[in-house]
Amino acid sequence: MRGLLGIQDLPRTEIERILDTAEAMVEISQREIKRVPTLRGRTVINLFLEPSTRTRVSFEIAAKRLSADAINVSSSGSSLSKAETLADMGQNLAAMNADVLVVRDRTAGVPKMLADRLPMPVINAGDGCHEHPTQALLDVFTVRQSLGTLDSRVVAIVGDISHSRVARSDIHAFTKMGAEVRVAGPPTMLPAGIDVLGVKACFSMEEALDGADVIIMLRIQRERLEQALFPSVREYSLTFGLNLRTLALAKPDAIVLHPGPINRGVEISGEVADAEPSRILDQVTNGVAVRMAVLYLVTGEQA
Amino acid sequence: MREAQADSARVVLDAPGIERAATRIAHEIVERNGGTEDLVLVAIVAGGRDVAELIRDRLRQIAGKDVPLGALDVTLYRDDVVGQGRRPVPNPTRMPVSVAGKRVVLVDDVVFTGRTVRAAMDAIIDFGRPDAIQVATLVDRGHRELPIRVDFVGKNIPTARSDEVLLHRNSRGELEVVV
Repeated sequence: MRGLLGIQDLPRTEIERILDTAEAMVEISQREIKRVPTLRGRTVINLFLEPSTRTRVSFEIAAKRLSADAINVSSSGSSLSKAETLADMGQNLAAMNADVLVVRDRTAGVPKMLADRLPMPVINAGDGCHEHPTQALLDVFTVRQSLGTLDSRVVAIVGDISHSRVARSDIHAFTKMGAEVRVAGPPTMLPAGIDVLGVKACFSMEEALDGADVIIMLRIQRERLEQALFPSVREYSLTFGLNLRTLALAKPDAIVLHPGPINRGVEISGEVADAEPSRILDQVTNGVAVRMAVLYLVTGEQA
Repeated sequence: MREAQADSARVVLDAPGIERAATRIAHEIVERNGGTEDLVLVAIVAGGRDVAELIRDRLRQIAGKDVPLGALDVTLYRDDVVGQGRRPVPNPTRMPVSVAGKRVVLVDDVVFTGRTVRAAMDAIIDFGRPDAIQVATLVDRGHRELPIRVDFVGKNIPTARSDEVLLHRNSRGELEVVV
């Protein structure tokens, strides 16, 4: 695997190879000494040009548990604030012999642009409204852990589909793994023609959750209120929020995922977030294992 | 364990021979350690799994109780994997008990250069400080590249460095070692 820019171009066999590798990584984090020597002497740079806690910490922990040196770079205080271009900054990091570059940026395509110019593997940690491949991989991993196979499982993704890189990567990942994917949200948040990705667009929770095995709730960003995509937080919550009443629309053993950070009482009620079907904290645990797997696999195949 | 490949493969240890070797190794383990108290068997996966299960069964017959059996994948500890092209997918490691203060017997099917045993020792020590680490193998084929010795061996088989030695199941489902 030469870097990881998105799920869209990843064949199912490669997804399965990453998931199988992650299975072996889970155990390392359960040890008293949580470290294996695999990437000793390798340097992983986490270039996070958009705020992130969970993903950045997860990549940093993943690198360190493989014995790599992890260096975090954020935009504030970096030379980008001195108007250096991203491409130049990447060249400089390459000149310091960094072995892997993990990139998060608010603009779609930045990881690809850097991967095209730099000698080391690039891992996309979220780019604009495009993709967030490691999130999708950990979502698929978490579902596989709970339900076994994904074939013919019904997965409902609810929220702001238009602006969500998680939704896009999840759609590619779950459809490739054989699941039936539905997306739901207010019409202002569902892109026209989304069905070309092989998913069914739903305009109510009743339609989306009927017979669902997996419910993925997306974070609602309050700043979207200003764009008038929905009238009020309260109305959104009543129409597309997941609570004990709407959860009952899905299969009795359905599981609930959320990429975090959660807005309690907006897209998901506290009682559902903390309830038995919730896999939200398992996702966080599995995220470290999946990112360890990706770091291990991309560092094996130079050139 | 891999699939048998060449028809020219020569059987150097057949199923009854493997059973006898496992029985003898089990007796030697009991003798060397004065019983099975504080013993932990650790199979180096995937190759050592079948052998370790055979030895575990024999130890149960001899001592009348179970010896814990772990599974260790050393891929992430190898010194010859990084930068060698497409990476192997590791198997999950399972340690059923703490190894601290225990006598650990590592079990593999074939010992060759000693690099796998070296990696396995590093991995075991990451799980705690055992009182002792011993190595049992069905086949010792020589050509050590590290100062590693085997404590319990089923059969010493002289080989050329380029030979391939593998434990596999034949068409009748029986374990055999072929060169």
